[in-house]
This record gives sequence, C-alpha cells and structure tokens, in this order.
Amino acid sequence: MSAPVDTAPKLQAYAHPDRLVTTDWLSAHLDDPSVVIAESDEDVLLYETGHIPGAVKIDWHTDLNDPVARDYIDADGFARLMSEKGVSRDATLVFYGDNFNWWAAYALWVASLFGHPDARLLDGGRQKWIEEGRELTRDVPKPGATQYPRVERDDSHIRAFRDQVLAHARAGGRLVDVRSPGEYSGELLHMPDYPQEGALRGGHIPGAANVPWKTAANDDGTFKSRDELSEIYLENLGLDADEEVVAYCRIGERSSHTWFVLTHLLGLEHVRNYDGSWVEWGNAVSVPIERPGLPVRPPL
Amino acid sequence: MSSQPLPRRLSEIVDEFADLPRDLKLELLLEYANALPPLPERYATDRGALERVHECQTPFFVATELADGHVRLWFDAPDESPTTRGFAGILHAGLDGESADAVLAVPTDFSARLGLSDAISPLRLRGISAILAAVQRQIRAQAVS
Repeated sequence: MSAPVDTAPKLQAYAHPDRLVTTDWLSAHLDDPSVVIAESDEDVLLYETGHIPGAVKIDWHTDLNDPVARDYIDADGFARLMSEKGVSRDATLVFYGDNFNWWAAYALWVASLFGHPDARLLDGGRQKWIEEGRELTRDVPKPGATQYPRVERDDSHIRAFRDQVLAHARAGGRLVDVRSPGEYSGELLHMPDYPQEGALRGGHIPGAANVPWKTAANDDGTFKSRDELSEIYLENLGLDADEEVVAYCRIGERSSHTWFVLTHLLGLEHVRNYDGSWVEWGNAVSVPIERPGLPVRPPL
Repeated sequence: MSSQPLPRRLSEIVDEFADLPRDLKLELLLEYANALPPLPERYATDRGALERVHECQTPFFVATELADGHVRLWFDAPDESPTTRGFAGILHAGLDGESADAVLAVPTDFSARLGLSDAISPLRLRGISAILAAVQRQIRAQAVS
C-alpha cells in the first residue's frame, strides 16, 4: 500500500507532485508502515554518523552497481537488495541524501529502471532535514525481509547507451551536458576540486548544451519552483515536452538529478540518462568530440 | 601492492581493518574520523599555513611540522565529510610523532592493505594516498630548507 501524496502547495505545481515529499510530510510519516526511507550519499560514512529515524542505507557503489561489470545489478540483485532493506513492491520508497540529493536521485533512477512504482525524493535532502534541526539517530533498523518480486531491469526508456547517444547526436537530437563549464569546454578532465577520474580526452558530445545540474537547485538543497525550472529548461534551453532528450555528466550521477527534474518536475516524457557519460565517451576510440572553437573531430 | 613494512602503529591499524567485515570496517573508519584532533589555535587563525589537498572530494587541509627529525601532523576536514576525516584519522593515529624517514618510507599505495575497496569506491580511496603524498611532499620541502 502506498502512502498518501504530499499536498504541500509548492509540490502541486510540478508535473508529478507524487514524486517529491517535504521534510514536514516525512516527519509526519516516520512511523508509517507503508513508507521506507532510504539514504544514499556521496560520503559513504555519513549514514553511520546519524540518519533520519528508521532510514536504511543504500550505497550507490556497493549496493546498486554490479561488482564486476560496469553496469547495475540485475533483477535478482535488485529483488535481494529490496528484500533485505524491508522494501515491498507496493511500498512508498523515499530517497534522500547529501550533496543536493545527487546520489539519492541516482538511486531513485536505478529503482525506476526496475519500475518500482512509488519512488519519491525528499525535497532538500539531508541538508534541509539537518538545517531544520530535525531528529537524527545512529540506530540502524533491522527490517524484516520482504518478498520483493523479481522484475527485469528495463534499460529501454530512461537509460541511454553509447551507440544510441551517437545516433542521437548524428540525428541532431537534444543533449544536455550537466557538468561544470570547465568540464564541458574540455579545459578540465574532472569536476572542480575533484580528482581526475581517468578521461583521456576533454570536451563534450557534439551538439550538447551545457546546463550545470545545480542550476535546478536552491541553496538549501530544494528544487527550484516549477516556473523557475520552466524558464531554465523550456524557455531558455528550448526543450519540448515530447522530444527525445539525453542527459549526461561523468558517470551518470549528476545527470540523474537533471533527469529527475526534466521528467518528474517538468513532465518531459522522453528523457534518458546516459550513465556511461564522459568517463566512457572521453575514453572511447574515435567517437566525435566537440571543443569550443574547434571543428568536431572526427566529423559526426 | 607493495609489501614493504609499515611503521608499527600504522601496521597495527592495517591489521585492525584487514580482518573486519565490511560494515564493521565503516564503523572503525568512523571511530578514526571522530578521534581526529582539532587544529591547534595557531592554524585556526592562520589558515594560509595550511595546504589544500585537491584530490580529496571535500575541502581538506594539511600541515606538517618537523622537529628533531620527527613529524607532527595536523589535518582539517569538515564534519560532514566523515570518510575524508577517517582517512586523516588513520594517518594521524598511525604516523604522528614518527620519524621523518619512517613517514617518507610509507608506500603511497599502503591503503590497499586496509581492504576497504569492497566498501569504498576506488576514486574516494585515492584520497588517502593523496593526503599521504601531500604529507611526504611537505616533509621533503622542510628537510631541504
């Protein structure tokens, strides 16, 4: 059974208000048996320092990724993970995390690959919960295992692979590069202040527009209002609700954030996240790369 | 992974981590994060004396002091970055007070011996090597001047 939708006025303006909850709503549903709260962080120790009461931890690296292949877990792995975390298929799964919900959005996107029906984000994430002085605990819940069904991962709707992205770029399709301007131009091979992650070439996928992911967020970690987001992505960038859009970053985590914004807050219907992103593209042999002031090489 | 012997306390810490299951490894790393001593007053007021380690995913600063051939280590990392603090805590507990030669002899890949790769992404683990490299660079710079 799903929990009721948060009726906070700000959320009602979004395309899918049922995909977000406010800290007030979550506070009132801490003991709701239909809700499972999951923390997914960039810093893998943060959950251990204190988390929202009752929240389980889902680690993007060790829980959601296949340990051998560069890919996500499969149907068996996801069913096992959800069962261990006490999530049933009809549960309301609320993700939150550090750093503007980066990894929480990524975890929600992965859950969406398996079609989990009711997955929501906590608007403002860990930062807002803490800034409001709300309760944290170090108690780790021990949920009873559920019988989560085995559901095949569906990579066809919201995930894009390299060859598909290449075809999309050749067809003049819309691409949103959500990295920082320095990474987009090719001046930086990594995020500002982050280590080099091993991309051999800098630049961007030909035709991609640069809209850094954080453009969609307020300083307190919440999402900007529907009107502000419409201005950024629909009016200024010119995306249309019914066109195919591919978002990417370096490994797909920042672009999960933008995927969430475009899909659930603005209601675009055909947005895919290219999780191979620049760590794949910038290392792939002879794929076309664009840099400012230079012709695309090799030509598209 | 090199097999060169480590200074005694650092070697004990490596052993302490090596045999633990994943969840307890993270708990232990958090204990080291919490045990990291605060910056002394002189650095809190003179942050220019601290060097930023850019390879860490969070603002992280290190200062190395050399007196009578022995090394004092000071680190500064935000509370909301417990993993980076944990790395600093391991280096502080394992190397503070050691001789400069002993610290310089620690191989930069020693962190592989902590067996944390099943719990922490390789990118993040690189942070601890970067912190050690910054410490060693500072020691060499002071030894020369």
